[in-house]
Amino acid sequence: MRKDLFLHNLKKARDNKVCYLMVFPFLLFFLAFTIIPVVASFFLSFTNYNMLESARFVGIENYIRMFLDDDVFIKALSNTIIFAVVTGPISYFACLIFAWLINELSPTVRAILTFVFYAPTMSGSLYVIWAFIFSGDSYGLLNSFLQTLGVVSEPVQWLTDTKTLVTCVMVVSVWASLGASFLSFIAGFQTIDTSVYEAAAIDGIRNRVEELVRITLPLMGPQLMFGAVMQIAGAFGAGGISQALCGYPTTDDAGTTLVLLISDLGTERYEMGYACAMSFVLFALMILVNNIIQTVIRKHAST
Amino acid sequence: MRIRLSKEKSGSGVIRSGGGSAVVFIILLVSALFMLLPFYYAIVQSLKPMQEIFAFPPKFYVRNPTLSNYKSLMQLTNSMWIPFWRYVFNSVSQTAIGTVLIIIISSLAAFPLAKCDFPGRNLIFKTVVTSLLFVGPITAVPAFIVIAKLGLYNTYLALIVPSLASSLGLFLMKNFMEQLNDSLIESAKIDGAGLVTIYYRIVMPLTKPAWITVMILTIQSLWGGAGNGYIYDEQLKSLPVALSQITASGMARSGASAAAGVVLMIPPFIFFVLSQRNVVQTMANAGIKE
Repeated sequence: MRKDLFLHNLKKARDNKVCYLMVFPFLLFFLAFTIIPVVASFFLSFTNYNMLESARFVGIENYIRMFLDDDVFIKALSNTIIFAVVTGPISYFACLIFAWLINELSPTVRAILTFVFYAPTMSGSLYVIWAFIFSGDSYGLLNSFLQTLGVVSEPVQWLTDTKTLVTCVMVVSVWASLGASFLSFIAGFQTIDTSVYEAAAIDGIRNRVEELVRITLPLMGPQLMFGAVMQIAGAFGAGGISQALCGYPTTDDAGTTLVLLISDLGTERYEMGYACAMSFVLFALMILVNNIIQTVIRKHAST
Repeated sequence: MRIRLSKEKSGSGVIRSGGGSAVVFIILLVSALFMLLPFYYAIVQSLKPMQEIFAFPPKFYVRNPTLSNYKSLMQLTNSMWIPFWRYVFNSVSQTAIGTVLIIIISSLAAFPLAKCDFPGRNLIFKTVVTSLLFVGPITAVPAFIVIAKLGLYNTYLALIVPSLASSLGLFLMKNFMEQLNDSLIESAKIDGAGLVTIYYRIVMPLTKPAWITVMILTIQSLWGGAGNGYIYDEQLKSLPVALSQITASGMARSGASAAAGVVLMIPPFIFFVLSQRNVVQTMANAGIKE
C-alpha cells in the first residue's frame, strides 16, 4: 500500500518535471538565505563558532550563559517581549480599525487616506525627522512646544532618558507599522459580499461595531491570519528604529532589542555560536506566539 | 472638507447616526495629521534658511522658503570621499535588477504552486508561509554566515542575492494566481502549450496586479537599503547609507539631512500612487487559508 503510494507520487513527480524546474530558482535562494540560516543557527547554537576557527561543540553552554549569566540578554529579551506585547496589538488593531473606517468612505478619499496611512512604511529613512521632533535640546519640536505651553520647564532628554526612550521608539514604530497587513485588511473589507450586512440587519444587528465583530471579522479569517503573521514579524524584529533614533548601545540598554544584540554579537564581536543561540530563542518565541494567535483567530473566524 | 459615505458601496442595512460619522471624521483627521506630521516637518525643515533652522523657538512653518539646503546637500555629496553618483548608481541598479529578478523568480515558482498538483507542493508552500515570520533583520546574523561562506560578503551581489527569494512575493502571487480560471489553462494545454509558455503568455498578463504589488514592496525594501549590512566597502554601499552619514552630523546639517530625507522618499511614493489600485486588488487575496 505504502509502496503503491510512493510509486504513484514518483510518477506524478516525473510527470511534473517542469513544475520543479520552475520552482527551483526560488527554492535555491530560499534554502540558501532563509532555511539554511534558520537550521544552521540551531546547530551552531551548541558550538563556540566565531568564523575564524572551526566550531567546537559546547553543549548547552550558550543557553546557560544567556539565561543565567548575561544581564544584557535578559534585558534585551524582556525589552523585545515588552515591545512586542505593546506595539504588536496596537499596530494590529490600528491596521484593522483604520482599514474599517476608511472602507466607508468614497473611493477618492479612501485612496488618499490609504496613501497617508501607508506612507510611513514606505519612507524607510525618514525616522531621522522624529529625531528632530524628539531632540533633547530646546530646538526639539516637542520640547519647545511643551516649554511654550509651560508643561515642562527644562528640555526633556526624550531619546537618552531611560524613562522616555522606549515610549518614543514605540510611538515611531507604531507610526511606521501600517504596512502589508493594513493593505490586506482594506482589500478584505472591500471584497465582503455586502448582502450579508442586509441579512444581518434583518437578524437584529443593531450597530456598526456589532456588525464588525459578529459579521465582518469572522468572514475575514484569512486576512486576519496574514495580518497577524506580518505584525508579529514586525514587532519581534524591532530594532532598526531604536538604533536610528537613539543609537546603539542605549542608556542602560533600555532600547536594546534581541535583533540589535544579536547583530552586535554576530557582526561586530564574531561570537557567532552565541548569537545563533539567541537567534534560535527568538525564532522559537516567534513561532510560539504565532501559533497561539493563529489558534485564537481560527477559533473565532472561518478560514 | 466633508466625507461622503458611499451607501451603495457599503450597502449596509445599519444606519449610522450623524454623531457617529462626526466622531469617525475627527478620529481619521487627527490620525492622518499624526501620520503626516514628520513628512510635513521634513519638508518645512528642508526649505528653511539657516537662520530659521537656528531660530528659537523652532517654528512649525517656514517664513522665507529657500532651496539652499538642497544645494548644500549637492555640495556635501560632492565633497564626499566617494562620488555621489556612485551611490545613486548602486541604489538604482540594486533596486532595478533586484526587483526584476524577484518578480521573475517568485512568479515562476508561484504558478506551479497555485495550479499544478505535484508531490512536495504543500510542504513548500507551508514552509514559505511560516517563513513570512522570518523577515530580514531576524535572520540577518545566521544569513551573514551563509553569505560569508559563499564569498558574497562585501560584493555587489550581497545587495541583491539575499533578497531574491521573497516569501511575501511568492505568497501574494500564488494566492492571486489561484483565482485564475482553470479552464483557461486547460484549454491552452490542449492547444499544445507547455507550462512555461502558459506562464508568460497567459498567467503573467492576467496577474499584473500581483506582480506590480510585489514590485512596490520590493522597491521599498531595496531602495530602503536592504543588504547594506553585508558590505563594508564604501563604494559598494547604496544611497540611504550615504545620506544617513550626512544626517549623522548634527544640527548644522539638519536642513540638508531633511532635504536628503525628502529626496529619498519621492521614488517609492510615486510608484505607490501609480499602482495603488493594483495593490489593493492583490491584497484582497492575501489571506492565509487552511
